[in-house]
Amino acid sequence: MKFIVCVKQVPDTSGKVAVKADGTMDRASMAAITNPDDLNAVEAALALKDQNPDAKVVLVSMGPPPAAAMLRELLAMGCDEAILVSGREFGGSDTFATSQILAGAIHHLGLEQDDIIFCGRQAIDGDTAQVGPQIAEKLDIPQISYVADLKLEGTTVTAKRMLEDGYMTVQTQTPCLVTCIKELNQPRYMTVKGILECDQKPYQVYDFNTLKDEPLIELDTIGLKGSPTNVYKSFSPPIKGAGVMLEGSGRETVEKLFATLEEKHII
Amino acid sequence: MSTFVNTDPSAFHGVWVFCEQRGGELMPTDFELLSEGRKLADDLGVELCGVLLGDNVEGLVPQLGGYGADRVYVCQDPALKDYTTDAYTKVICDIVMDKKPEIFLIGATNIGRDLGPRCAARLHTGLTADCTSLVVDTAKYKEFLKSTSTLDVDGMKWDMEDKGLKMTRPAFCGHLMATIICPRFRPQMSTVRPGVMKCAEFDQAKADACKTELYPVSLCDSDLRTKVLEVVKEAKDTVDLIGAEVIVAVGYGISKDPQVGLDLAQKMADALGGVVGASRAAVDAGWVGADQQVGQTGKTVRPSLYIALGISGAIQHKAGMEDSECIIAVNSNSSAPIFEVADYGICGDLFQVVPEMIDVLTNK
Ligand SMILES: Cc1cc2nc3c(=O)[nH]c(=O)nc-3n(C[C@H](O)[C@H](O)[C@H](O)COP(=O)(O)OP(=O)(O)OC[C@H]3O[C@@H](n4cnc5c(N)ncnc54)[C@H](O)[C@@H]3O)c2cc1C
Ligand SMILES: Nc1ncnc2c1ncn2[C@@H]1O[C@H](COP(=O)(O)O)[C@@H](O)[C@H]1O
Repeated sequence: MKFIVCVKQVPDTSGKVAVKADGTMDRASMAAITNPDDLNAVEAALALKDQNPDAKVVLVSMGPPPAAAMLRELLAMGCDEAILVSGREFGGSDTFATSQILAGAIHHLGLEQDDIIFCGRQAIDGDTAQVGPQIAEKLDIPQISYVADLKLEGTTVTAKRMLEDGYMTVQTQTPCLVTCIKELNQPRYMTVKGILECDQKPYQVYDFNTLKDEPLIELDTIGLKGSPTNVYKSFSPPIKGAGVMLEGSGRETVEKLFATLEEKHII
Repeated sequence: MSTFVNTDPSAFHGVWVFCEQRGGELMPTDFELLSEGRKLADDLGVELCGVLLGDNVEGLVPQLGGYGADRVYVCQDPALKDYTTDAYTKVICDIVMDKKPEIFLIGATNIGRDLGPRCAARLHTGLTADCTSLVVDTAKYKEFLKSTSTLDVDGMKWDMEDKGLKMTRPAFCGHLMATIICPRFRPQMSTVRPGVMKCAEFDQAKADACKTELYPVSLCDSDLRTKVLEVVKEAKDTVDLIGAEVIVAVGYGISKDPQVGLDLAQKMADALGGVVGASRAAVDAGWVGADQQVGQTGKTVRPSLYIALGISGAIQHKAGMEDSECIIAVNSNSSAPIFEVADYGICGDLFQVVPEMIDVLTNK
């Protein structure tokens, strides 16, 4: 029994977001963090492992070599193994290409009847929430997204799937994929024991050569060139001209403000 | 499925919209998407079609017509009553492979974001998430860029014949806008953020003229790997932020006396016929319900008037509100970033300024 968790290292957008002169993100100047929802995915897997001590939690991440630091931290949280999928040929992949490569990596690792794959709901850099469902489709397994509560009994997975106006209770069988939201749990911390042990845990890198013969990966739809979607133009939105700072904050100011709004038919 | 070839754009025609229903009721995003889809279909000179799945949902077709659909494909089966990924994906991919639309739009609701990627992966095409602008006509795209970017639009080379779908979405919390295309595969698919596209006026003549096309459903047990045990609609007082014309939003700045702060916001909202929204900090503090959160992880809103009370204006908050037509900010810190997007800023204590505002409004 394996709990496979797909985790992504993302730039921390909660601080200053740096944009370069050419309009692209200055990733180098931003701290790299584990995608917040993915921590909930890791916690969900670890919590199930607490109940099923024979299970292994295996991390899979696709990204450039610095993602290794994130994987080490997650191993220190209690995960058992990590796989970094990394290769120049994979760079620039859109969600279709990314999910294909991750599905290929999971297939390479071997997906068994009682396995569950965990993803975060969405990654904060792209905010697409597409990679999880697309991995599930490529592996031809059922998915449950937006999971806020999860139970595993035998091979039956029961989940509370959130909707905007309520929720659904959904049931399926393993192997399956779930995407996790922050309401699901509170991620645990690394332990001292975990930190001491993490360097001894199995850690592998899958590069292009490892995966190039995987049947789920079509070599002409991966990477920047192969991705079905391409960036046509990118631009930074114009800084909205700073508006009028009204003088004072007393009654007169407020009266003037509402008079202006009325004139402009805003109210 | 192996017979589905999608690399020849000339074999694909029409603009399609997935029309989501829950418990037999259409979602507001359906109307927004149809209104937007109508413009694309007109620019391409093709039909706008809705795709409606459910059990006994035929009766909803005229409503979809009223917002622009020429035709609605209706797939009805008890197994389609409630959304399941497997059944909906199967039915939709079957009909897309059969009829071959060139554009397929899906609302970026929790259901649309489950369905869209699954379908795109099966159809072997790209999917652009959470778009805020969709254009096919190159001249219109140039106009769009002129009004939303600082690019030297006239200095660039353009293929004016190009009718590919140009899908624009914010990335990195709105710090960067990216226009995405999907040149090699069809359909061109995107999910569209709820509340962003403007809804057209309901047109009774179009509603009457809309064609219903019942499309046979073929599902077998192996297609249905997930079971819905229950659907629970949360009977909370949901505040309809997305449709609101006026939003008065509170932030952590009400912390001195949250109850008074909320009362003030509610009174001002009442005086303006609006609703109360909030920043994440106010939601996290438990003062306001999560469905009232505006921002990257909350809702995207574009009311005519957005009044931010005690909100600093973090990028994640701005991402959800900066397209409001008019923004007023009240904040005691004159260098709060919210003033960078505000049309009118008042630097002051909201507990003093807001009572004045309410007084002026109610004694007009
Ligand atoms: C991944 C991620 C997603 C996020 N998503 C969202 C989101 O969807 N929406 C969202 O809002 N945030 C979101 N955030 C959080 C965001 O970064 C900010 O922390 C949050 O918006 C701050 O809320 P605030 O402005 O109310 O609080 P603060 O930043 O604490 O600001 C309070 C403001 O009130 C002013 N103030 C204090 N007292 C008074 C007074 N008496 N009168 C007037 N003004 C006063 C202060 O000057 C200050 O500017 C997200 C963060 C992350 C990391
Ligand atoms: N490069 C990646 N490596 C591993 N997992 C990923 C990667 N990209 C996305 N994911 C997973 O897919 C989820 C959704 O990502 P996204 O579709 O980019 O919003 C994330 O929360 C991760 O669990």
